[in-house]
Amino acid sequence: MLRTTPFHARTAALCASHAWRRWAGYVVASSYELSHDREYHAIRSAAALLDVSPLCKYLVAGRDAARLLDRMVPRDVSRAGIGQVLYTPWCDAAGKVLDDGTIARLDETVFRVTAAEPGLRWLEANAAGLDVSIEDTSDATAALALQGPSARDILERACGADLAGLRYFRLTAARIAGHPVTISRTGYTGDLGYEIWLDAADALPVWDALVAAGTPYGITPAGMLALDVARIEAGLMLLDVDYVSARKALIESQTSSPYELDLGWTVDLGKETFVGRDALAAEAARGPAWRFVGIAVDWDSFERLFAEAGLAPRVPLAAWRTSVPLYGDGGQVGYATSGVWSPLLKQYIALAHVEARPAAPGPAREREGTREHRRRRAAAHVVKKPFFDPERKRA
Amino acid sequence: MKPYDAIVIGGGHNGLVCAAYLARAGRRVLVLERRERVGGAAFSEQVFPGFTFTVYSYVVSLLRPEIIRDLELPRHGLHVLPLESTLTPLANGDHLAQWSDHDQNRRALARHSPRDAEAYDEFGRTLHQMARAVKPLLGMVPPDPASLAPGDLAGLARLARHFRGMGRGVFHALHKLLTMSAADYLDEWFESEALKGTKSASGIIGTLLGPRSPGTAYVLLHHYMGELDGVFRAWGFAKGGNGSVSAAIAAAARALGAEIRTGTPVARVLVESGRATGVALESGEEIRAGRVVSSADPRRTFLELVGEAHLPGELVEAVRRFRFRGASAKVNLALDALPDFTCLPGPGAHLRGAISISPSVEYLERAYDQAKYGEFSRRPYMDIVIPSMIDPSMAPPGKHVASIFAQYAPYRLNGGWTDARREALGDAVIDTLAEYAPNLKSIILHRQVVTPADIERDVGLSEGSIFQGELSLQQLFSVRPAPGWSKYRTPVEGLYMCGAGTHPGGGVMGAPGRLAALTMLGARR
Repeated sequence: MLRTTPFHARTAALCASHAWRRWAGYVVASSYELSHDREYHAIRSAAALLDVSPLCKYLVAGRDAARLLDRMVPRDVSRAGIGQVLYTPWCDAAGKVLDDGTIARLDETVFRVTAAEPGLRWLEANAAGLDVSIEDTSDATAALALQGPSARDILERACGADLAGLRYFRLTAARIAGHPVTISRTGYTGDLGYEIWLDAADALPVWDALVAAGTPYGITPAGMLALDVARIEAGLMLLDVDYVSARKALIESQTSSPYELDLGWTVDLGKETFVGRDALAAEAARGPAWRFVGIAVDWDSFERLFAEAGLAPRVPLAAWRTSVPLYGDGGQVGYATSGVWSPLLKQYIALAHVEARPAAPGPAREREGTREHRRRRAAAHVVKKPFFDPERKRA
Repeated sequence: MKPYDAIVIGGGHNGLVCAAYLARAGRRVLVLERRERVGGAAFSEQVFPGFTFTVYSYVVSLLRPEIIRDLELPRHGLHVLPLESTLTPLANGDHLAQWSDHDQNRRALARHSPRDAEAYDEFGRTLHQMARAVKPLLGMVPPDPASLAPGDLAGLARLARHFRGMGRGVFHALHKLLTMSAADYLDEWFESEALKGTKSASGIIGTLLGPRSPGTAYVLLHHYMGELDGVFRAWGFAKGGNGSVSAAIAAAARALGAEIRTGTPVARVLVESGRATGVALESGEEIRAGRVVSSADPRRTFLELVGEAHLPGELVEAVRRFRFRGASAKVNLALDALPDFTCLPGPGAHLRGAISISPSVEYLERAYDQAKYGEFSRRPYMDIVIPSMIDPSMAPPGKHVASIFAQYAPYRLNGGWTDARREALGDAVIDTLAEYAPNLKSIILHRQVVTPADIERDVGLSEGSIFQGELSLQQLFSVRPAPGWSKYRTPVEGLYMCGAGTHPGGGVMGAPGRLAALTMLGARR
């Protein structure tokens, strides 16, 4: 049976659309209202409250906790200060990405790891001989994301603390409605935002306190459809959608290295050892075979395509998650994995893998799509991601 | 220092769009704005501490998506939020609601008329097709049908092909829409008075015409235009109010290298041997430029800034005849709490959309009757938005602002506009609205009333016309602002126009500014 999250009593009552989505064995709202439109706009213009409890969470503690994580991921965990959060992928020995998530240093010897997929076995496999305890806290820890330009004002009201000093990818302990929580300045929207980690037993009073504090600021519960639009605008990839975990890949071409996912910045080859290091060092030397890029569909070309059939253009208001071919000179040069119409940017955008053939920085591409039952191609360009990157995200 | 390639007179949204496009093409541009802040009528201000009013305008209609993309306006702070519903409160305590969700909308309409609920889809389909038929006109520099110039003939041929491709049925439907009154056209589709009243209202906005006046049906199309651009709702609300639209365009223009001087009123355009060479400021300073482009309306541009002496008599006559006839007023309110509507008590989604006081066509026509004879409507048509419900940052937490667009308030009021008449209009608006939301008077913290006379004085729009001249058919497309001068050019060489008084007209759309700039840059579109 599917499980419900600790916030279900609240989210179910709000879910007028009756639209639910499965996430890691849980059900979460796709959208609360009949359309996800307003929920999306809340992320960018006010604040959205998202139930992200289904994330896999592990507490890694002990003298060798930092050593374990440093050995497991390509980023340098040893240098992370207390209260710092690192976003990182982790790889198998071939340097292919298994999963991506965050590592939060709660204390000198205590870390919280979040992952899209269950990762207990992989953590344990890498912990051989180390003085460390690994606890799966996925069910015991509830999580909320409060994202949007008003998120700080709301959270400050809810926890009675000044959060101006809490920098991007840092965390702090706080209390909401008397219950202890951890607040990290992180999120999956590319906007000003926070994630709130708490004991599942305290879920409802914390939700209520946030909603009460946020109502004058326009806090809006938001579901996964709204989040999907925002994360594509933010250029953030999603496991099983934009890449396949090396753990599940059936053939090698299904796997991706951090370099191929535009995550080269997370790979610290200066580290003496970590899983996949040798393979990644070799790849760094020869250059990755693929690039993970942002694509914008050329509007005039897209409009013309529909006009030929006597129609007005139809843009995808909800994100699609299928593989869509991209063409360059002489055939297919890649594929887009998720895309959506950005209501904010008035642009049709997509995340895509393109072959990293002889240094070609942003040439014209053609993207295939279905127009009136037939596959057609519209012009598209490689553009910088994130597509939308407001200063407030880090400020 | 390198001389200016172009001077833009007026820092309203069209002037700024024009300047930004010119700067984007590498031109050295100077924008001169009379007021201390840019924006023109797309202007927001904290009139009452903590409460932001979009003083003169209120919604964003059809702001061209290509402008948003080309000028990267979201990066400069623009965020247009959707207005999702329209609520029409009725005198008997009932209401009509229109929602963006199809099922919800159908159920809401069926409560009044199951036939209307079904007709609504077909009506939507027909208007969608007609909007497609008309849309290319909005995006092109209008060809002159009386001209034999190759460019005009090519443009007309393009249009002819386009219309032929539409098919006979759509063409005939379009003909009806262009000639009928909004009320007559809606009578062909619907039976519910509240629905017809509310829909017909979009045909009269900014115009001294009633819903039964011929030609008003055409504007119904505008509500379906947005769908063709991936906007999907014609009306949106800019976060921070319409001032933030101007601020974003100004920021983009500056980032592209344009210079903007505020508090710098232009006295006249310098014309030497039939050619514009720059401007003279009211301060006496003269600034030279290769080209001058005016975003002011045709009357101000030609009769005040240029002067009849430099113009052919025909054009002077046409400009004199150009109809402005401002007909609308704004009432902006700072509110201690939300208005409580008898028809739908308490807070709710209905307060996040438009609230339309348009219970029937007859109600609107009666409001117009008074305006015809020089009085403001005692019971006006109103289009109300509560911006703080859409963007809470418009008011302090828990407080609200309301924006009331009211019509009719004719520019040529019997006896003229005075402070007393302005407040009397404000009272009529509040009294009328309070019939539907009885708590209204007790929650008003501050009230600002803006008449057409105020708009003319503050913003410089002749007769307070919010579109720089009525959007009636006899002054649209190839004859806007005057026959022979619809292509942003003027008889004065080097002098261009880029305001809403040029094609395709008013609204916070930006299209005239963009098309004028493209014309000046010699781009063919």
